[in-house]
Amino acid sequence: MDPATAETLAGALETRPQMPAPLPPADAGAPLRDRILAAVALYPEPRSALIPALRLAQQEYGWLSTEAFEQVADATGFTPALCKSVASFYDMFRLHPAGQHEICVCTNISCALVGAGETLREFSRELGIEPGATTADGRFTLRTVECYGGCGWGPVVSVDERYHEPFGPDRVKPLLDELRGEAG
Amino acid sequence: MSEPRKILLDFEGDRRDIHAYEQAGGYASLRTALGMEAGDVVAMVDTSGLRGRGGAGFPTGRKASFLPKGRTPAYLCVNADESEPGTFKDREIMLRNPHALIEGVLIMSYAMSATSAFIYIRGEYRTEFEVLKRALEEAHARGYVGRNVLGSGYDATVVLHRGAGAYICGEETALLTSLEGERGQPRSKPPFPAVAGLYAAPTLVNNVETLASIPYIVHMGGEAYAAIGTERSKGTRVFSLSGNVKRPGNYELPLTATLRDLIEGHGGGMPEGRTMKAIIPGGSSTPLLMPDQLDTGLDYESIAAAGSMAGSGAVVVIDDRTCMVQLALRVAEFYRHESCGKCTPCREGTKWGTDIVRRIEDGSARQGEVDLLLNVCDRILGKNLCPLGDAFAMPIASYVTHFRDEFQRHVDEGGCPFVAQSPIASLYHDTSGVPA
Repeated sequence: MDPATAETLAGALETRPQMPAPLPPADAGAPLRDRILAAVALYPEPRSALIPALRLAQQEYGWLSTEAFEQVADATGFTPALCKSVASFYDMFRLHPAGQHEICVCTNISCALVGAGETLREFSRELGIEPGATTADGRFTLRTVECYGGCGWGPVVSVDERYHEPFGPDRVKPLLDELRGEAG
Repeated sequence: MSEPRKILLDFEGDRRDIHAYEQAGGYASLRTALGMEAGDVVAMVDTSGLRGRGGAGFPTGRKASFLPKGRTPAYLCVNADESEPGTFKDREIMLRNPHALIEGVLIMSYAMSATSAFIYIRGEYRTEFEVLKRALEEAHARGYVGRNVLGSGYDATVVLHRGAGAYICGEETALLTSLEGERGQPRSKPPFPAVAGLYAAPTLVNNVETLASIPYIVHMGGEAYAAIGTERSKGTRVFSLSGNVKRPGNYELPLTATLRDLIEGHGGGMPEGRTMKAIIPGGSSTPLLMPDQLDTGLDYESIAAAGSMAGSGAVVVIDDRTCMVQLALRVAEFYRHESCGKCTPCREGTKWGTDIVRRIEDGSARQGEVDLLLNVCDRILGKNLCPLGDAFAMPIASYVTHFRDEFQRHVDEGGCPFVAQSPIASLYHDTSGVPA
């Protein structure tokens, strides 16, 4: 990393607020259908629960498979085709199976100006895959994403929807070692 | 240097805990507001001069006054879909001061007699969603949310709704479409959301920072808030500073501050050995300002007079190493990716425009394509239902106008002359073997 970028990343560490510990999912034990119906009950119109329902189904199956769409359709009363057309609009819905861990590297302008490209290349090298691909063992999916809203604390890397900031290339190998060391 | 005037972020650490927030005077403004006539609360916000902090800068009190009186249902929708590249202020407000947002939502809900309030938070903000969820549960337990708030007879319902990744959902009509469970495409205006918004009911859409400012306005009074800032830009604003500076971060400043105050004063200036090449003053959709415009005020009018827009308050600093064609390409690719496809000039223009910038960057562009790019931008500008097309055309045209020689050099030399130095180059070129 060049000295100017190192200076910026050191400054970011000082201004970034502390992130609280993750909350455990409140009702993860309930059947998917019940969780979807609970979401429907929050809204004046059931259709508003479609995106929450798709998220719940994705959490259940890991991606939005045909079966996942059928489940959403059954619980909400909308057709699978409609559910699929909505899901395909949004970047966070996975229409294909993904790795056990999803690593997203923001490459938008603020992150790019402080070396997101090098962080991304380091992930590619270490994992042996191009962005957009999943490792052969199914452990990791690597993606580039557009602005994640951590611009002053970039480069932003999100692992399984949790932000790591600022994430220079030197943090790539330790992170992967940690994830590889986890059980499962 | 202008002193930081902190309202939204006026504390060390955080106020996630409701007791810490109450000890600092939190939720007293809700009590005050509930003792007032709803219309007087709107009038107070109007007096304060508060303008929307999302991007458009429309006066908040006036926006609320457009809602037809007495029509039910009516909804308040909170725009927490912060997505404009460079912007990360709402995230810090929600992380460190979530109750200020919730209190602001409750005050505004009461003021506009809302049936329910929906907080539409971008899906990627998972931790921020969890912070808000916990804060909302605390507020519920303390009687600030729910039936008969603090014995006033007013019932308040607040629903947290997570988006799923789409920049366009930060546009207010797209946000409403998305909240209705559809693909997030904008609608034509009129009818405006105030008349036909969520489920075709009267709806007010306000940004996080806007609403989080309201408890402080009720506490200090509209006149006192209006005493901060300039003639037409009142109060404080949280500026998101990023890019090549020593201390990037969010800085809350009165609207009398200048770009120099923010970048050199609070942000520590350029990193050692670097000089400034350009500034993006209001998020990636705004035209560039140049280093000789550093003394421009951060208020809406001054930035407009300088030829750009205050936008979302996101200031991105670009240093001398940066290839402006690569930067333009990143901006172009982003808006192409986010164009929802509803309007032809935006759908086609962002695609063909991006292709031209890519050809210029990789050296395959023919002579004349720099002008062709400007032509494409001109054919997008002002011809779409929502501002996304403009968000492509305005910055791209400004990059070409300010750095035309760089664009032309790429065409003449058949590629990027700055691969060895540009911090963005590694996204487009294998720079591992390139000497720095």
